[in-house]
Amino acid sequence: MAGDDIISVQGLCNSFGDQIIHKDLDLDVRQGEILGVVGGSGTGKSVLMRSIIGLQEPTAGDIHVFGEAMIGKEEDEATDVRRRWGVLFQGGALFSTLTVAENVQVPLREFYPDFSTDLLEEIARYKIHLSGLPPEAAHKYPSELSGGMRKRAGLARALAMDPELLFLDEPTAGLDPIGAANFDNLTRNLKETLGLTVFLITHDLDTLYAICDRVAVLADHKVIAIGPIEDLLATDHPWIKEYFSGPRGRAARRGHAKRVDK
Amino acid sequence: MVHSADFIQESLPDGGNILRFSGNLAIATIGDLDSRLHALSDSVMQIDLGDVTHIDTVGAWLIYRTAKQSGAQIVNAHMDAARLIEAVSGVDQTESIAPVRRSTLAHFLGEIGEGVVVAFTTLLHFLGFVGQVVKASAILILHPGRFRWHSVVQHFDMVGVRALGIIGLMSFLIGIVIAQQGAVQLRQFGAEVFTINLVGRLTFRELGILMTAIMVAGRSGSAFAAQIGTMKITEEIDAMRTIGVVPAEALVVPRVIAAVIMMPLLGIYASLMAIIGGGLLCWIILEIPPATFVIRLREVTPMTDFWIGMIKAPVFGAIIAMAGCFQGMQVEGNSEQVGLKTTAAVVQAIFLVIVLDAFFAVFFSEIGWD
Repeated sequence: MAGDDIISVQGLCNSFGDQIIHKDLDLDVRQGEILGVVGGSGTGKSVLMRSIIGLQEPTAGDIHVFGEAMIGKEEDEATDVRRRWGVLFQGGALFSTLTVAENVQVPLREFYPDFSTDLLEEIARYKIHLSGLPPEAAHKYPSELSGGMRKRAGLARALAMDPELLFLDEPTAGLDPIGAANFDNLTRNLKETLGLTVFLITHDLDTLYAICDRVAVLADHKVIAIGPIEDLLATDHPWIKEYFSGPRGRAARRGHAKRVDK
Repeated sequence: MVHSADFIQESLPDGGNILRFSGNLAIATIGDLDSRLHALSDSVMQIDLGDVTHIDTVGAWLIYRTAKQSGAQIVNAHMDAARLIEAVSGVDQTESIAPVRRSTLAHFLGEIGEGVVVAFTTLLHFLGFVGQVVKASAILILHPGRFRWHSVVQHFDMVGVRALGIIGLMSFLIGIVIAQQGAVQLRQFGAEVFTINLVGRLTFRELGILMTAIMVAGRSGSAFAAQIGTMKITEEIDAMRTIGVVPAEALVVPRVIAAVIMMPLLGIYASLMAIIGGGLLCWIILEIPPATFVIRLREVTPMTDFWIGMIKAPVFGAIIAMAGCFQGMQVEGNSEQVGLKTTAAVVQAIFLVIVLDAFFAVFFSEIGWD
């Protein structure tokens, strides 16, 4: 296992009953990169993420995060690793009975009960600021926020513990194109400012072109290709060809080329 | 190994102090730095970050806050530190993010005021809701093809059939308690035989129906509120409306009908079980054989007692179902609301049932059914 791999997945198998999701899947995520994970519906992108963060017990395989084996780890041992990552779930998964500021404070209170209330509030305030939310959003409840703001609030909570590793599950799904582009920029900026490694599941081709350093393609129960997007374009797997060279793929590529020219 | 964060204070030659930070200025290692920085009283001119090995946003925030409060200058910050301090520096300090707290008295008066307003608006909404249900029922009578038989039968099962076990057991035990307590008290007058009057009249007229209503409110009224409340949160009710399905027709009417029909049946069943319990106790304790018990029961219990129960039961059923569905429809926003409204549904249903029961008791006595 290479020393600079933050996540290393080897020979992962997952199945639900007769249905095989993953078979001998290998994947490495390098320090400081944004790795985009793509694949058709039902190829197990979310299951892969849930396996890595320990919400899903794989049938077989090894998973190392920060060099520590995650499979078969006791709950209290896993906690030490868990505080080093943040997760943004697809719908935000904010606690609906708490305000945004309280949501951000939940992990802090859990791990650092000694922190003073003032400090917790200050931390929540600047995390909310970092996530691009206006300060008045802090004391709103999740049901009072728009979809885009809920994602940002979820991101603020994911960033609460100053993680080194960030998991994002379809962060731009359901956002308008402007909101999605802003969220991409936010992800990129945060990655650079905070030195994050990002594991990003997405369907958004623009996101792939705009911010991902490498892209992993899931198909046939495994990662069939991984690398910078230019390399993937050169492969001749039919699904990859269709994905990147379909009308949407071409449009995203043209848009990206234009931005680069400017 | 990482060193936890620390700082020392030194005097500068030209007056003022310098804070020299060292170690790992990160969330896990800052320890009591926050309170120590708060406790600083001397004026700080400079903050030296030269010996800081690692910094994260929490550390950056503490440095930034200290620098801003004292007007100190940050020196020797390496690239990471400068970048993070820059990132956290744009926060608006002035606005508090804590919700505004009112004084205790204002809070108390405010609660009372809100309570009154909520009580009246709830009453108004409930009347509106009853109107909707009546309208939906009228439409269904005119267009019987739209009536959801399937749903009604399913709720027969949920409200009635599946409640048989618990209601039967409860009523049986209540019958035993009534007979036992009655026997003990009446024995003092040598009037044990009147225990049969007590069991027969009390169960058919009052307790059989009342206890059934309470059990149905707890089992089914709460379930109605929780089901409909969850459907509201997941926007299923909105989806129904857009498809053209009227929620009152599809969700409320079948439940109300199921409860109205099931309540009298459950009431008869509960009364019979209580009689069996009471009869059994009379047989064991008072040595009244079952045959005598039944003959005596038929002599002392007028048919009107049975009818009183049968008139009350459907009314109670309607109230329980309507309260459950109404509270379910009131759910808005988050999952906590589902719990609150479910509780409200049960409390409201039981309260209304008991109020109406008192009204019925007086009413039937007045018309001479006593």
